[in-house]
Amino acid sequence: MTAVPTARREALHFALRNGKLLAGLVVVGVFLIAAVAGPLIIDYGPNDYVGPAASPPSGEFWFGTTTFGQDVLAQFVYGLRATFLVGILGGGLAAVIGMVVGFTAGYRGGLVDEVLNMITNIVLVLPALVVLLIINAYLGVRSIGLQALFIGLTSWPWAARAIRAQTFSLRSRDFVDLARLSGVRTAKIIRREIAPNMSSYLFMTFILLFGGSVLIAASLDFIGLGPTEGVSLGLMLNNSARWSALQLGMWWWFIPPGAGITAIVGALYVMNVGLDEVFNPKLREM
Amino acid sequence: MAEDVLLRLDRVSKVYKVGAFGGRELAAVSDVGFEVRRGEVVSLIGESGSGKSTLARMILRLTSVSGGTITFDGTDVSTLGRSYYRQVQGVFQDPFSSFNPIFPADRVLTMIRDQFFPRAAGWSERVAAALEDVRLDPGQVLGKYPHQLSGGQLQRLLIARALLLDIRLLVADEITSMLDASTRIDVLNLLADLKARGLGVLFVTHDLSLGTYVSDRTVVLRQGRVVESGPTTQIFERPEHPYTRNLLASVPRLGAKWADEAAPTGLPDGTPVVTADGTGNATGNVATHVTEEKA
Repeated sequence: MTAVPTARREALHFALRNGKLLAGLVVVGVFLIAAVAGPLIIDYGPNDYVGPAASPPSGEFWFGTTTFGQDVLAQFVYGLRATFLVGILGGGLAAVIGMVVGFTAGYRGGLVDEVLNMITNIVLVLPALVVLLIINAYLGVRSIGLQALFIGLTSWPWAARAIRAQTFSLRSRDFVDLARLSGVRTAKIIRREIAPNMSSYLFMTFILLFGGSVLIAASLDFIGLGPTEGVSLGLMLNNSARWSALQLGMWWWFIPPGAGITAIVGALYVMNVGLDEVFNPKLREM
Repeated sequence: MAEDVLLRLDRVSKVYKVGAFGGRELAAVSDVGFEVRRGEVVSLIGESGSGKSTLARMILRLTSVSGGTITFDGTDVSTLGRSYYRQVQGVFQDPFSSFNPIFPADRVLTMIRDQFFPRAAGWSERVAAALEDVRLDPGQVLGKYPHQLSGGQLQRLLIARALLLDIRLLVADEITSMLDASTRIDVLNLLADLKARGLGVLFVTHDLSLGTYVSDRTVVLRQGRVVESGPTTQIFERPEHPYTRNLLASVPRLGAKWADEAAPTGLPDGTPVVTADGTGNATGNVATHVTEEKA
């Protein structure tokens, strides 16, 4: 008998041929390398006054300098770190909460589902940005980790709803009953029987939450509610706006962070579309 | 005889709450009682929606019981822990839904080892023996994905899974309805083997001819209630309830054409009935019984 490709091998086969997925991966990968390696190569901090004030990109300072003579490239690579950190922590936390709530509500059903659904809907209709504004202003949240925490705690509802719906349809399958007849405990049934059937879905959920967290963090930073210590792409935009970089024609100050955020989030969304094609045979380009 | 009784259902009922805020109640099963003894095949026969699958799920503890008791070996099954599943197992209707599509099919066997015999020695020999019992070639099924196996192979794999546990009662819920005719008989004959080993089998089906073929006793279910129960031969030769007679009459006979049969008629509640009796006696009998029932 010839070896029929398994689902996993088949997914890999299509993943390696999917242009959207590969292009997205390359873009995110390049920024990730810059975030990891950049600060190791540049031997001064992002807020150190190292060069001439307000000078355009040159051989010495590739991305130019700010009004105060800080290196924009140094700020950019350190800022990328903050962006990835917020994406991973915020998106990861939201994904975990969404999965716990979604799996529990979808599998248990009944009263548990009603209560969790109610909580989910309440958080869903809260204008997350406004809540974050209040929390940030009131508590004076001033570190990247805490910012990621609050973003994670407010952006999970749609993920929970989507996972709940998927779980609902999977739990009525006979293999779930068979696992119950084998004495497998509920948590293990969810982990070993239901979750693997929607692994692609969970992966895409995380990617979307990652992109969403990056955008929310950038918005908060831009309107001046970002972390007080450290640097992020949103804070760079905020600073450039505060010191009238646009009016002064200092394009090198705000273009890199703006383009960076756009490229990362855009690449993640393109990756998501590509993954959709990999996992869903109906969408594959033949 | 009493100590031979494996499973006993006593006035078992299941009520579902439906509608907004669970305002209305829907009785899926009402006051059902029957027994399954050691070395006996009991068929539970009923049309769609008669509550037979709900009963099977309640016996397997997959659905809660609203009223009455289900006892196994004299003990209420709700008080038994995980050990219940070492003695009672089930096989379901759709073999392709019974297997998690992204894992090899023999994972159902590994799961039994992980859950019940984590340190069993000679596991592969036991698997080989169980597969032999259901006439499967280990080389043909082990390591294969569900979509690479036939429905018959999958159902037999599930019976082998139950045999690994040394069960005493098998609940077979419509296990042959998705198999084609040629593999159906193999699976049915397996049930006869199980019976010869002294197992009790509850054979849930909507197909009367399959019921007659395998079972010693028959329970006929309609709208959640037992209509008639007793030895299979008696039920099929001298059915007492009009519904059973209609059910028997509605089985198409081998070699008979529908055009030659009497005109279809119906029960008072609109259930369509086809009388296969050429003399038209069945129709007459139904009519008298229905009037008696109403009186």
